[in-house]
Amino acid sequence: MRIAVTINGKPMSADVEPRTLLAYLIRDEFNLTGTHVGCDTTSCGACTVLMDGTPVKSCTVLAVQADGTEVMTVEGLEHNGQLHPLQQGFWESHGLQCGFCTPGMLMTTYALLQRNPDPSETTIRRAISGNLCRCTGYQNIVTAVQYAAPLVREARTLTTEVGE
Amino acid sequence: MALEITEPRPMGKPIKRKEDARLVRGQGHYLDDIKLPGMLYLALTRSPYAHARIKRIDTTRAKALPGVHLVLTGEDLAKLNLSWMPTLAGDKQMVLATGKVLFQYQEVAAVVAESRALAEDGAQLVEVEYEPLPVVVDPFRALEPGAPVLREDREEASNRIFHWEVGDQAETDAALRNSAVVVKERIRMPRVHPAPLEPCGCIADYNAARAHLTWYVTSQAPHAHRTVLAMVAGLPEHKIHVISPDIGGGFGNKVPVFPGYVAAIVASLSLNRPVKWVEARTENLTSTNFARDYHMEVQLGADRQGRVTALRVTTLADHGAFDAAADPTKFPAGLFSIVTGSYDFPVAYAEVDGVYTNKAPGGVAYRCSFRVTEASFLIERAMNTLALKLQLDPAELRFRNFIPSERFPYRSPLGWTYDSGNYAATLQKALDMLDYPALRREQAERRARGELMGIGISTFTEIVGAGPSNTFDILGIKMFDSCEIRVHPTGKVIARLGTRHQGQGHETTFAQVIAEELGLTTDDVIVEEGDTDTAPYGLGTYASRSTPTAGGAAALAARRVRDKARKIAAHLLEVRDTEVEWDGERFTAAGAPDRAVGMSEVALAAYTNLPAGMEPGLEATYYYDPPNLTFPNGAYVAVVDIDKGTGAVKVRRFVAVDDCGTVINPMVVDGQIHGGLTEGFAIAFMQEIAFDEEGNCLAPNFMDYLVPTAVETPHWETGRTVTPSPHHPIGAKGVGESPNVGSPAAFANAVVDALGHLGVTNIDIPLFPWKVWEVLRQHGVTE
Amino acid sequence: MFPNAFEYVAPASLEEAVQALVRYGDDAKVLAGGQSLLPIMKLRVAAPAVLVDINRIPELAGFREDGQELWVGALTRHATLEWDQDLVPRYPLLGETAGSIADPLVRNRGTIAGSLAHADPAADWGAALLALRGAVTVRGSRGDRRIAIDDLFLDVLTTNLEPDEIITGVHVPRPTGHVAAASLKLERKVGDFAVVGVALHVETGASGAIAQAGIGLAAVGPTSLRAREAETLLVGQQLTPGLIREAADLAAKAADPASDQRGSADYKRDIVRVFVERGLGAVRDRLTGIRAESA
Repeated sequence: MRIAVTINGKPMSADVEPRTLLAYLIRDEFNLTGTHVGCDTTSCGACTVLMDGTPVKSCTVLAVQADGTEVMTVEGLEHNGQLHPLQQGFWESHGLQCGFCTPGMLMTTYALLQRNPDPSETTIRRAISGNLCRCTGYQNIVTAVQYAAPLVREARTLTTEVGE
Repeated sequence: MALEITEPRPMGKPIKRKEDARLVRGQGHYLDDIKLPGMLYLALTRSPYAHARIKRIDTTRAKALPGVHLVLTGEDLAKLNLSWMPTLAGDKQMVLATGKVLFQYQEVAAVVAESRALAEDGAQLVEVEYEPLPVVVDPFRALEPGAPVLREDREEASNRIFHWEVGDQAETDAALRNSAVVVKERIRMPRVHPAPLEPCGCIADYNAARAHLTWYVTSQAPHAHRTVLAMVAGLPEHKIHVISPDIGGGFGNKVPVFPGYVAAIVASLSLNRPVKWVEARTENLTSTNFARDYHMEVQLGADRQGRVTALRVTTLADHGAFDAAADPTKFPAGLFSIVTGSYDFPVAYAEVDGVYTNKAPGGVAYRCSFRVTEASFLIERAMNTLALKLQLDPAELRFRNFIPSERFPYRSPLGWTYDSGNYAATLQKALDMLDYPALRREQAERRARGELMGIGISTFTEIVGAGPSNTFDILGIKMFDSCEIRVHPTGKVIARLGTRHQGQGHETTFAQVIAEELGLTTDDVIVEEGDTDTAPYGLGTYASRSTPTAGGAAALAARRVRDKARKIAAHLLEVRDTEVEWDGERFTAAGAPDRAVGMSEVALAAYTNLPAGMEPGLEATYYYDPPNLTFPNGAYVAVVDIDKGTGAVKVRRFVAVDDCGTVINPMVVDGQIHGGLTEGFAIAFMQEIAFDEEGNCLAPNFMDYLVPTAVETPHWETGRTVTPSPHHPIGAKGVGESPNVGSPAAFANAVVDALGHLGVTNIDIPLFPWKVWEVLRQHGVTE
Repeated sequence: MFPNAFEYVAPASLEEAVQALVRYGDDAKVLAGGQSLLPIMKLRVAAPAVLVDINRIPELAGFREDGQELWVGALTRHATLEWDQDLVPRYPLLGETAGSIADPLVRNRGTIAGSLAHADPAADWGAALLALRGAVTVRGSRGDRRIAIDDLFLDVLTTNLEPDEIITGVHVPRPTGHVAAASLKLERKVGDFAVVGVALHVETGASGAIAQAGIGLAAVGPTSLRAREAETLLVGQQLTPGLIREAADLAAKAADPASDQRGSADYKRDIVRVFVERGLGAVRDRLTGIRAESA
């Protein structure tokens, strides 16, 4: 089936079998390998991407279901050579070790900060509870999100001011 | 916050990780990210039975499926003499089953096709007729007379793999007889799995014209894998190029060679095309190894004051269908003889029997230096039982028995020479961080109100850094490690090591070590691992050996570079070699510190302006054979509350004070501790690869093999004491495994401590709520 | 792991969806959120020949209150019910239940109707809708029919839906008096299926006495269960500690659990007792709070 998807702002299209999972569309067809696959039971969240702004496990969405949607992956976070505050936060706070869960964590926490720009530790821990990490014990991931939150708020204020 | 990589004198500082520049951008390069032109995909047909005779395999339908290029069975491999392969433990393992299958999910056939989906379709079409055989799940039953002998390929008509013992049995028994107090406990460390988030996989790319194999593989030990492959497949070793790309966690899982690897290589050799095999999570949890599975029985003797007198341990080790343990060859039970722990035992004896059962083969050293976790769990649990028996505070009991700091180097009764430690100071620091006396008072008050609160202590000693070549080898290869350093004319450095990191941060920490030795910044040094064509030979990253072995090699190779640099500096400063001083960043002329040259000036001179007769260039290689192992240690304290209504345990606080000797990067060390504690927490509370009576795996995926999320994972509090290793070039000991080795006992001790007043001394891990609740019910204290 | 090959149809209307189900019969499966279906297809435990994706049918989206009840469209995601600022205060059990399902990412995709149609006895919505006295409407080739939640589940993973029927929406009666709810779940970690789940919904009349009580149980029988006798006991009464204990005991008797790796039958039954007692205690506190506010 022919499908069209906007990935990180770029319109893309592909021919896929119905059984192709969104994660593999992104990885194999569009060569964006930052989206990882770590399990087969919708448990680990390494494949998390935003679909029309909502974080979903892309191993549990069919590529054909993404037809006509806007998908954002980890590769879409950096802007004009500037790392997203969350990427900076993960780096500064040692919020990653092997890096395999990191893209999924980044996408989930990106959506969290969109909805709640000042989350508590409990809120952050709940928000990332669909993303498994085997290396960090999550503690520095929480710190990383706390590092990023004020930067995201600031950026948002600036954008609003410019917009006005 | 972290410091920039341009920070001078980086040793001991929280330098930001260099590898993160790509990893936070999603630009890590993991095995499954590699796509080669013309690449095919391999999938495996697996056995639904734990023990069955194979009556017939029919591959007709699989071969007929459009897109399928090749179907392999054990018979096909037998023609190549590859239906079995050697394991690192000196046993052998079936690649694809011939004759019979010995565990559920065993590899029976391999299907190679145009796409992963088609390969899976093909694997489903392989028809296998089985005749089920009696299944042996219980390792005790496996040793009973009349138990079915599982391994018909062996001469021995028994399921016993080995008997191993250490220590003085007669003296130990006599000491126990003469002890005022003897406690006995049966301690089980269940079968668990490292389960790194990235599963195992490989791409075999054979080029017939060059008679050359490039093998991309998720390998913690690429050089060892190259040699094993050369031995097994009969390919000349210089025509095997192993590349281990970024690894998404290993924890020991990526040390062995798996049947899927061999099948992919055979397929690539047959088809002259690249063949990729990446296991699914289900395959990972059911077939590519496991860890632990020790059934231990301990007798611990003490005098009335609680001073330990003797330790005796008997163990049954369940290895599954093949002994695929990744232990050093002379150590069938790994370094289990560290079982006397941090305590000054006059005498001890331990024995381990390995047995076959109808379960997946193993076991690997999961975030552990070969059975050290089992040993630490046993001794720390037994000390807890002794404290209960003597009605002595478990901290006080430990203080009375620690090996005193002035006794190092300390010779243990089971033969190890501990390098250094200050156990009492380490425990005291942990107790201070918690205000331990206040917690004990709170516990008493809560107990009076009928509430269940527990405090668990674990003061473990590890043994890591295998190892000295007189003792340690894998298939004969000595367990040294290596580093090669090249300084370019502009003073920039590339360093290559025989290890392979999987998230530990070597690209940063080893750069810090080398930069410190050469007066450079971390930014000036690139660290490269995982390519056997470029890196010097090494045994790889596991068993917390990277820093003790390759870290030593890095420091010593850098010092070799500096020794030559000193001579060049003398030439540049126009003084004698003996008149050059090194101030940590520059060479200076003795007595004239304003006359100085830095490493980049020296490097340029090494290529442009040499003293007469000196060989050009500035580089060095060091193969470091450590004189001894290192003995990291720590004091962990867990505080828990038990919900009497459900049996659920809440970890309220957890303090971990580690002593890993010299710290290279405290941020990275804390990260290692957080991660290892989380894995220890999971092992204590929720993880077990269990089987039913028919040998069906009951935890074949992440729905049943539970990995904790951020919600249930406790907040970790870390502390540190620093007792450098006297024999290591920079005094470092290794740290990655301590938290996983030391923490399970702290959790279990805390839960038992909450129930100690009821006479409870042991509950088997994992401490699922129902298990705790059953104990509460037995004692009539449920809600 | 990849699902077996299948044919994919994405009808734009309910009509077409039902036609597709009629055409393919038992070979077809309805795809809503896919958070249970796709994993079992990847494991090749399920291998439907045809997937009928209902996500592009506009009439199944959204929710609205009309007359005496709330209608929740079949495609409503768990996360919507967890976060909606209008809905959650007035239907607290919907919010509490939604917020404890699986994990946040699954909740962004999974749907209430898909979960009910899957009929896993350990799932959260069955127990909650029993407590709320909900119902579903289904559309099939013979038109629409309404099924009370008590009649929906027949057995493990089995409902009384015909192969050509699709759940189009879920109905929840509008509360009349003060409302308080509690959802308690014992899970070994986030994302685990419930070891035991209890859903409580209580409405009080002007006198403060209980006008309506709902107690649903998850994972303690072949289907979600209603603790009927405990509910009856509560109606017309004030929530006193003694009454709560009595109701908890009755609820435990209504449970019919099986022993497995998550615990013995005795254990699970006792957790029902503990959770109903704790949950009703919380409900009482909340009702006290609500009365204090409105006074």
